[in-house]
Amino acid sequence: MTDTSARRLPTLAVWKFTSCDGCQLTLLDCEDELLPLAGQVRIAHFLEASRESLPGPYDVSLVEGSVSTPDEIDRLKRIREVSGVLVAIGACATAGGIQALRNFADVDEFRSVVYARPEYVQTLDRSTPASAHVRVDFELRGCPIDKRQLLEVLTAYLVGRKPNIPRHSVCFECKARGTTCVMVAHGTPCLGPVTQAGCGAICPAYSRGCFGCFGPVAVDGAPAANVTGLVERLRALRMADDDIVRALRTFNSAAPEFSDAVPDGPSGRTR
Amino acid sequence: MTHRTDRSLHVAGLARVEGEGAMHVRVDKGEVVGVQLEIYEPPRFFEAFLRGRRHTEPPDITARICGICPVAYQMSACLAIEDACGVTVSPQIQDLRRLLYCGEWIESHALHIYLLHAPDFLGYESAIAMAADHRELVERGLALKKAGNDLLETVAGRAIHPINVRVGGFYRWPEPGALGRLAEQLRVARDVAVDTVRMAAGFDFPDFTQEHEMMALSSPGQYPIEAGTLVTTGGRAFPARLFEEHVIEEQVPHSTALHAHLNGGDHYLVGPTARYTLNSSALSPLAAELAREAGLGRECRNPFRSIVVRAVETLYAVDEALRLIEAYEPSGPSYVDVPPRAGVGYGVTEAPRGVLYHRYELDADGLVKTARIVPPTSQNQASIEHDLYDFVSDRLELSDEQLQWQCEQAIRNYDPCISCSAHFLDFTVSRS
Repeated sequence: MTDTSARRLPTLAVWKFTSCDGCQLTLLDCEDELLPLAGQVRIAHFLEASRESLPGPYDVSLVEGSVSTPDEIDRLKRIREVSGVLVAIGACATAGGIQALRNFADVDEFRSVVYARPEYVQTLDRSTPASAHVRVDFELRGCPIDKRQLLEVLTAYLVGRKPNIPRHSVCFECKARGTTCVMVAHGTPCLGPVTQAGCGAICPAYSRGCFGCFGPVAVDGAPAANVTGLVERLRALRMADDDIVRALRTFNSAAPEFSDAVPDGPSGRTR
Repeated sequence: MTHRTDRSLHVAGLARVEGEGAMHVRVDKGEVVGVQLEIYEPPRFFEAFLRGRRHTEPPDITARICGICPVAYQMSACLAIEDACGVTVSPQIQDLRRLLYCGEWIESHALHIYLLHAPDFLGYESAIAMAADHRELVERGLALKKAGNDLLETVAGRAIHPINVRVGGFYRWPEPGALGRLAEQLRVARDVAVDTVRMAAGFDFPDFTQEHEMMALSSPGQYPIEAGTLVTTGGRAFPARLFEEHVIEEQVPHSTALHAHLNGGDHYLVGPTARYTLNSSALSPLAAELAREAGLGRECRNPFRSIVVRAVETLYAVDEALRLIEAYEPSGPSYVDVPPRAGVGYGVTEAPRGVLYHRYELDADGLVKTARIVPPTSQNQASIEHDLYDFVSDRLELSDEQLQWQCEQAIRNYDPCISCSAHFLDFTVSRS
């Protein structure tokens, strides 16, 4: 297929690593924006949506998923080489994802729990974010990412400016939408104070505590979450240390601010 | 090129499926000698790291197996854990679960029909390429998909990995006013769904029928979604707790998904055509009427017609969602307490792609001792390979390029979700 338009459209590529597909699906979930977007960019590689795959280089690459196999390390490096801007999307690509729970365990034992012939299965003993292997231009948080934030990031790179993604905590979003604090008013354990905003503070609006989908608050890449303070508060709410460890080790468990907040003693083990 | 008797086709990176896989076909002296559907999605070890987690956690954790059908994972997990703890939920909670699940069927089926499968029938690389010539058609599909996603967001806060589901029910009831507004959107979506059945029925289908045994849930008086007993076209009928006596999973070297077959039987099929074949009499009057108009009989044995069945099921899900919203009267608590106890529990529901089985063994404190999850695509993998074998054998005169595309289409008939089964597609045909 040849591009007959005179104007060269910027190219967009979407790449999948170890993941659930939910973050790249977020692009297809932009039902009202998908066709207008397709008029502004040339979608050059997006296997979930198209058979067509154009050769690089690509102006913007979106990388979904964590790195969990030896092949994925090589593939990510090749993608970095042919990408102008590389954006890691979602908790797997930015913090290892739920599959990073292997990082606290013996992966050979994991393999034998699921597979009768573990020797057929190639895997690394750790699940890591893209930034552990290549330079990443922007990390878009979330499990899953938020579609409004995805559109902001794409728009920003298309016009050549920095994405405007707030780095404050979920608490700010609760205040903005007028949600009563579930922890103060009802004693419901909530990770909102240490979790980055972006989801729109959905959980407290549904009478549940935040469970940390967007990972620990960070400012300019430096940890900014007072997790120690929150852990004290959760203990005061009679939450057992085992449960606090489990709550902090979910979708962003390769983020050390969450995973190492409580010592991993015999009673603090998640498994 | 088209008359070689020995050849090998290779597709490395099958498109328009959820996840990563490859396919290899080997032809020797004019006969197909091997078909392998290779699933190379990296393993994620859910069953391993679920051990030691609290019994309240599997719905949110297993949702992350699949971004396309998280509700299915949440529902099967809830059923299994409530079963282990000896708890049943109120009819209102059960109805709300069914309503939520309808949203996922609409979203997932619309995604597959319009964005992943229709481009094969109309000869485009993608829905975006298709939109250049058929913009209205693609916009219609996106609107239908959006109605499903809006239903998910209204009931459960978020379309991908919803947050309002908990073991025992929901964190809170959705507001009746919000559901009322949604009903207006769904009435428009119902007309779109009717058009979708008619569109799908008008596609050209190859003459290709398969006699796989089929398995689905069945529940008295209604089309199975969130509850039921397992039945097969071979006459088996059994509850969720006997699933592992009837289904054997085996590991094969070329796949990170386990292959399934029936104990004392053969490979089998789950998903829309199986559900329809075993439950077509339970459709709503409107869905049944459109199924007839589309030329579907009581059963569907041509996998290429699965797109028509998916369209009929989408119409049913919209119809059913409207019925449930009409009857929605939240009363009492939005969840029941589920105190843990030592035991084993089983849960099966109908994910958009078919039967999804969960089993959890809990200790007295409510920690998960063992977990077992059998997703639909790994159950279908052996049947897909059989289909390809027969399909390729009859089409060896095609060029590699044509054969590859048609094989891809044959695979997409099953809407394989490789993220779920461990994930999919890459394609090789060897004509040695």
